[in-house]
Amino acid sequence: MDEIAPEYDVVVLGTGLTECVLSGVLSVKGNKVLHIDRNDHYGGEAASVNIEALFKKYGNVQPGEEPWKKYGRVNDWNIDLVPKLLMSNGELTNILVSTDVTRYLEFKQIAGSYVQQGKGPKATVAKVPSDAGEALRSSLMGMFEKRRAKKFLEWVGEFKEDDSASHQGLNIHNCTMKEVYDKFSLEDNTRDFIGHSMALYPSDGYINQPGAAVETINRIRLYVNSMARYGKSPYIYPLYGLGELPQGFARLSAIYGGTYMLNTDIDEVLYENGKVSGIKATMKDREDQSDAMKFETKTKKIIADPSYFPSKSKVTGYLLKAICILNHPIDKTDSSDSLQLIIPQSQVGRKHDIYIAMVSSAHNVCPKGYYIAIVSTIAENDANPHLELEAGFERLGKIEEKFMGPPIPLYEPTDNGEESNIFISKSYDSTSHFETTTDDVRDLYRRATGEELKVEGLREDQQLAAE
Amino acid sequence: MSESASANAPKPSSSVKLVLLGEAAVGKSSLVLRFVNNDFQENKEPTIGAAFLTQKCSLPTRTIKFEIWDTAGQERFASLAPMYYRNAQAALVVYDVTKPSSLTKAKHWVAELQRQASPGIVIALVGNKLDLTNDGGEASEVAAETDGADSAAQEEQGTGEEDEAQDAVSGDARKVSTREATSYSEEEGLLFFETSAKTGTNVVEVFTAIANAIPESSLKTGRGTGAGTGQTSLGARSTEDSRVNLGDRNAATAKEGCAC
Repeated sequence: MDEIAPEYDVVVLGTGLTECVLSGVLSVKGNKVLHIDRNDHYGGEAASVNIEALFKKYGNVQPGEEPWKKYGRVNDWNIDLVPKLLMSNGELTNILVSTDVTRYLEFKQIAGSYVQQGKGPKATVAKVPSDAGEALRSSLMGMFEKRRAKKFLEWVGEFKEDDSASHQGLNIHNCTMKEVYDKFSLEDNTRDFIGHSMALYPSDGYINQPGAAVETINRIRLYVNSMARYGKSPYIYPLYGLGELPQGFARLSAIYGGTYMLNTDIDEVLYENGKVSGIKATMKDREDQSDAMKFETKTKKIIADPSYFPSKSKVTGYLLKAICILNHPIDKTDSSDSLQLIIPQSQVGRKHDIYIAMVSSAHNVCPKGYYIAIVSTIAENDANPHLELEAGFERLGKIEEKFMGPPIPLYEPTDNGEESNIFISKSYDSTSHFETTTDDVRDLYRRATGEELKVEGLREDQQLAAE
Repeated sequence: MSESASANAPKPSSSVKLVLLGEAAVGKSSLVLRFVNNDFQENKEPTIGAAFLTQKCSLPTRTIKFEIWDTAGQERFASLAPMYYRNAQAALVVYDVTKPSSLTKAKHWVAELQRQASPGIVIALVGNKLDLTNDGGEASEVAAETDGADSAAQEEQGTGEEDEAQDAVSGDARKVSTREATSYSEEEGLLFFETSAKTGTNVVEVFTAIANAIPESSLKTGRGTGAGTGQTSLGARSTEDSRVNLGDRNAATAKEGCAC
């Protein structure tokens, strides 16, 4: 085989979204990148798979059966493995626009953003208010509370971090969010939907944390501004599924000279004086295993997802996730073709929220008449994970198929990579959007290059690395 | 010359995603640059590293705007992403008439397209580097029958029998006979041309034939292919079916790689 260079600036292992964004950015910046995945497809844990692959992945198949056959053409399905959506005004959107990767993808709005109040048969579902005006019309609050919520949201809109006149007399950099809520005399239920369905905190840990008020306010503003951008919800979603995102950034990397090898195993990582110096790898042949190609190349740095370096990764928690196929929209959600629905932890006696992310044929991820809903939360005990997600399943109603594996370990690196020049990413966490993923991209970029990542104007002043 | 230099006629215009496939060094990019540059002479070179190149092709009843996607080298280690084929309405599968292995590779790509791409995709098989053969200057007749065929089904692509006359290999660099590629193209229902990106022979004809072969229906129902440049009507707020155009934020720089 031709064209594997004797040396690369960076070898990237795994084609998840984090790795592909970094590969793309590094190539645009003129680095010589070799990007490898052991799988024969792009996306790793952030891939979208067809329904046959999903059945096989989760083992919902008896020998001799082909249960996917009743769901139409398998390739009409693009089912996400990660339940996440893009914030319209979020950082991933910003990176997509700055890198022009938007040209390879098409986005559609998510039709609605909902929150549950109460539990069991008495549970109600309501639209999350997107601004002060909507707060006044919301069924989530009583009349007087609506006015207080309106005042609070107006204040959030006018808030300026460096203008103490806009701080309502609070010592905003040191106070807790509880003090802010108290200032506006907000009721517990209001705090709940603001903190969980607007600031999108998955637990109540933020409330009593000194100094967390500014971040909370910024999160609410991100929600409100994202909402204001297109109108229906703060979220957008790529047609054909989230798996298109890593592919788009991989193409960016390739256009700027990045080399791609799928279906390739890393046999050995080579070191010199404790620092990475190269890799030995084998590119497998799809048809003929004896036709594998072994090669060795030098590199100064490796960026990898945690699965390539188990010894450099630690588990920080477990995500519970069930992918559900429905043939109806979710009750009490205005028959939305797509949505996020948050069940705040306090409403169902938990410590972590339950999230439902649903998309449908409107996003070219399944045939007409079907809906794909992913229910997820952070595991709180070793008991039956099914029970922990029960409140979410109740919300969905009748479920045609349910795909649920064992709890999913969430990894993060044990060190910052400075000593070995091997930089490990984090797993996709339980949050409902990609903001923490792009935080990880920025963090990895800083660790790997010693510079801050600036994406604005990234492509304007760059030359193609090699042609 | 099939391109229109100006958009003076109010003909309907549709975007068509066209993907390039073929072994390295068969001249994929050269073909596109030849095609695109004809409309681009006075201006600067198209930006290398662009998302895709665009070029208009004016037909009697409509204008086709090709969005031409290069493989960006991702075919080298069989690592093209499904996104590459997604919604492609046309494909140019290129081989080198002086290199038999490149035709084998081209057949592999045709099979891959038939497996992965949209069912109605128009595939053109192109034998490039005709200038290295003795037929260099006279090859345009290969495509004579296809030229001007309107919305013809792709099966009936003209590769007239008179082409066989060219098959005599007489010490030139040709290693793939026209007859072999013709009969393969007929079996698979492909358009077929022999071209020279160097001299320009048949290059415009390939794209014109593809434009003619794209069914009108797929242009009307489909919204083209286009992420991005193909869509101009999307505003900052939602449209009816709630598609969103993220590109509007940097509309000022959106001309990159656009030849029109």
